[in-house]
Amino acid sequence: MGARPGAQPLDPRRGRLPPSSLLKGVGVLVALFMMCVSARAEPDLSQFASTSFSQIQQGVGSLAASGDPRAGDILAALQAGRLLVGTDKQIYIKTDTGTVSAATGQPTEAPGARPLRVNNNVRVAVDTALGIVRLLSTDPAQRAAAAEAVFHSRDTSAIAVLDKAIAQETVPGIKRTMQEARAASLLGTDGSSDADRLASIAILSNRGDMESRSFMSSIPNPSPPVAAAAGKAIDSIDLWQKVWTVVQGAFYGVSLGSVLLLAAAGLAITFGVMGVINMAHGEMVMLGAYTTFVVQEAIRNYAPGLFGASLFIAVPMAFLVSGVVGVAIERCLIRFLYGRPLETLLATWGLSLVLQQAVRSIFGADNRNVGSPAWMSGAEQVGGVLITNNRLAIIIFAVLVLAALMAVLRYTSLGLRMRAVTQNRRMAAAMGIRTPWVDAMTFGLGSGIAGMAGVALSQIDNVSPNLGQGYIIDSFMVVVFGGVGNLWGTALGALVLGVVNKFLEPIAGAVLGKIVVLVLLIAFIQRRPRGMFPLKGRAVEA
Amino acid sequence: MQPTVTRRNFGAMAVAAAAAMGIGRVANAQTAASTIKIGILHSLSGTMAISETTLKDVMLMLIDAQNAKGGVLGKKLEAVVVDPASNWPLFAEKARQLITVDKVSAVFGCWTSVSRKSVLPVFEELGNILFYPVQYEGEESSKNVFYTGAAPNQQAIPAVDYLMSENKITRWVLAGTDYVYPRTTNKILEAYLKSKGVKSEDIMINYTPFGHSDWQTIVADIKKFGSAGKKTAVVSTINGDANVPFYKELSNQGIKATDIPVVAFSVGEEELAGIDTKPLVGHLAAWNYFESVDVPTNKAFIDQWHAYTKNPKRVTNDPMEAAYIGFNMWVKGVEKAESYDPAKVIPAMIGVSVPNLTGGLSTMMPNHHITKPVLIGEIQADGQFNVVSQTPGTIVAEAWSPYLEGSKDLISDWLPPMSCGNYNVKLGKCGGAGKT
Repeated sequence: MGARPGAQPLDPRRGRLPPSSLLKGVGVLVALFMMCVSARAEPDLSQFASTSFSQIQQGVGSLAASGDPRAGDILAALQAGRLLVGTDKQIYIKTDTGTVSAATGQPTEAPGARPLRVNNNVRVAVDTALGIVRLLSTDPAQRAAAAEAVFHSRDTSAIAVLDKAIAQETVPGIKRTMQEARAASLLGTDGSSDADRLASIAILSNRGDMESRSFMSSIPNPSPPVAAAAGKAIDSIDLWQKVWTVVQGAFYGVSLGSVLLLAAAGLAITFGVMGVINMAHGEMVMLGAYTTFVVQEAIRNYAPGLFGASLFIAVPMAFLVSGVVGVAIERCLIRFLYGRPLETLLATWGLSLVLQQAVRSIFGADNRNVGSPAWMSGAEQVGGVLITNNRLAIIIFAVLVLAALMAVLRYTSLGLRMRAVTQNRRMAAAMGIRTPWVDAMTFGLGSGIAGMAGVALSQIDNVSPNLGQGYIIDSFMVVVFGGVGNLWGTALGALVLGVVNKFLEPIAGAVLGKIVVLVLLIAFIQRRPRGMFPLKGRAVEA
Repeated sequence: MQPTVTRRNFGAMAVAAAAAMGIGRVANAQTAASTIKIGILHSLSGTMAISETTLKDVMLMLIDAQNAKGGVLGKKLEAVVVDPASNWPLFAEKARQLITVDKVSAVFGCWTSVSRKSVLPVFEELGNILFYPVQYEGEESSKNVFYTGAAPNQQAIPAVDYLMSENKITRWVLAGTDYVYPRTTNKILEAYLKSKGVKSEDIMINYTPFGHSDWQTIVADIKKFGSAGKKTAVVSTINGDANVPFYKELSNQGIKATDIPVVAFSVGEEELAGIDTKPLVGHLAAWNYFESVDVPTNKAFIDQWHAYTKNPKRVTNDPMEAAYIGFNMWVKGVEKAESYDPAKVIPAMIGVSVPNLTGGLSTMMPNHHITKPVLIGEIQADGQFNVVSQTPGTIVAEAWSPYLEGSKDLISDWLPPMSCGNYNVKLGKCGGAGKT
């Protein structure tokens, strides 16, 4: 480093960078690095590869907070169980065609990648985070779902995003949900102002559901005016809930009644009209349920597109299967036992065990999985009443079955013959009616109806060999209570028993409720041995 | 519903009578004493067949495998299968027949507590051994019974602890079927929760009959109970068939595991096989074994089970693991005693250790219960469980719960000099709670 002429003498201080600029340099480097990172737009997903659920939960939170454009996709994949973690600790998303890297969205191979394991805490975090990310989505349906999710989560960190979303929201319904979500979050924030809280209480009190009630009953450190306002709002919700509870209870009652009616309608024919004590009636129901299972299996294997219609196909099939078995039972067993009720009872009882064990041998002892078509799952909120779709469908089905049964009895020649035979067998025979054939058909009809009931019951109960046992007693109860031989009586009996049962259940508990119903029924039968609507006239003596 | 019971009993008896007349089985019982006979007392018909048939198959598989290895003490094992047909008094009859007529050296069987209570006097009178493979309510320790399922402190209490610490649950619904196991378990849980500072208005207890299928009002009640501003969970001791409609109603009414989680003690892989599990994802179960546990012993067991049943889809579950442990313990106990005489095997059993299927060892303790790890699993969409928590080691069973008035002073120790199943430490003598 010789001094050359003309060369500027080296300032020793210039020889190295001053400390202040050194810091600057580091700062620039860091900034550059940051820019690189953000230019590559790769979110930090290292926490997702952890085996600890709380680490994953934190990862979800920080991903949502990062505002990364890929956050929505990654969280949605996690929610749907399509987020994979590879053996290299990299995170992938499973798509319909293959796998893509979660960080970049580029297609890539993911050897040995397994779905990310989540628990309920992670699920809650994902729902909340996805809600926050999607609040500003362009798709109104996503925004609506997001607003509900945020309302549900009551996440205090969402308030800022909610403010932004509310300001730009144009759909009134979604805007209201967002305001409710904001109110819920504000109420849950410790230290929000009283004015905010009172406004929030007003909004939630308008919403008026159980969740709002829950939020208002858990305000952290409420001041006296806030507590009073919340208390008032809760009281008003409670009052409405009381009214709705009665309506809801009535729906439950009608729903149980429809199930009882379905189970008992077939028995109303075989026991009510023919007078056969058929203890294997429940097994006819069970056969119908298993028919549904077989139909669904066939559809799954050969025509998966038809699954939504599987029940419509199963109903006539179940009618046929149970009906044919019914005719066979009548021809091979019951016709030899007419007029001997005790023997009929024992024989059909034995038959019910045979049928149960036969089904157990063929299908196995465990429950069979009968799926519900999409239109039968979920529920509709009507005012304060929750109408579950499967129950509604069963109520409608029960009404249709009853109507069809009445039409058959009244308007068809088989119905005419059936009535003739039951009213006066000898006279009917003298008129040229083949009474044994009518007996077989009647029994087949009753069994077929039971089979159709099995299709409905497969939607709400276990499809197991024991399915029928649970309904046989109830069915006899309904038929006897309604009045033997009277279909209207059966319908009304089922409805009354269902409603009484459902109103007793919350008061007395399920076990005691059932006992009370039985005691009431016994008392009723004591006073009116022929049920609510006894048949009158000579037919009774036959 | 009295008539149902009568009808079942009657039918069950008819079936049993038919089974007893089976000529082949009687002929089997006459074979030479060159084999060691093992009784299998599980219902193969009636309501409990759904659960118990599987255990019979597991036992036959284990016995086959043991015979392929050369049997025990140089003798082949011979299974004597009887069908008590879900009929509790018939269990006692069949047990007596196994011991006195068939001269079995040990019996593996029973599922429900009432069936176990029914056979207990028979085993105590005739001095034979019963291996009981199902989780139960505790409050029992018999000299002649080895309990390889979980006691409440090996299942219920760890599950509640998990919900308290992980999900910050402060409000509890204890829902169960109306019989002895749920009632006792809930009594223990209620006392435990109260000891943890949970107020009684934050505990709702609900019982339903066997096979209850219309859950609308009860699920609505649970929903209402859960909307009081506190995190709520359901602890379910609902038994068997009633579970499917219960979970269906939960999902139809829109209650997700993230809102109100349900932790069940009677729902395993087998029960889930009959349900569409997608709406149930995230609900929990507490067991000592899950099929999804990824260890070599479990994988070998599952492969063996699939090969034996010739069905690659058959699931495995916790009582099967308990049966597996029980059988292997008996084999070890017999080898240790160098005799298959029950009187010699019983004292030899204590201290026997065998591998369980979750990668550890289970040991028979002096109270005739075994050590077990406790696993909490979340239901997955494929009907399997995702293990979200596992105790670091195994837990020793408490035959007598310290949370119940009548039993907190009792201990069980079948080693001499105590040799007592219900020793009262306060009174200093054997013989239960007595007068205090």
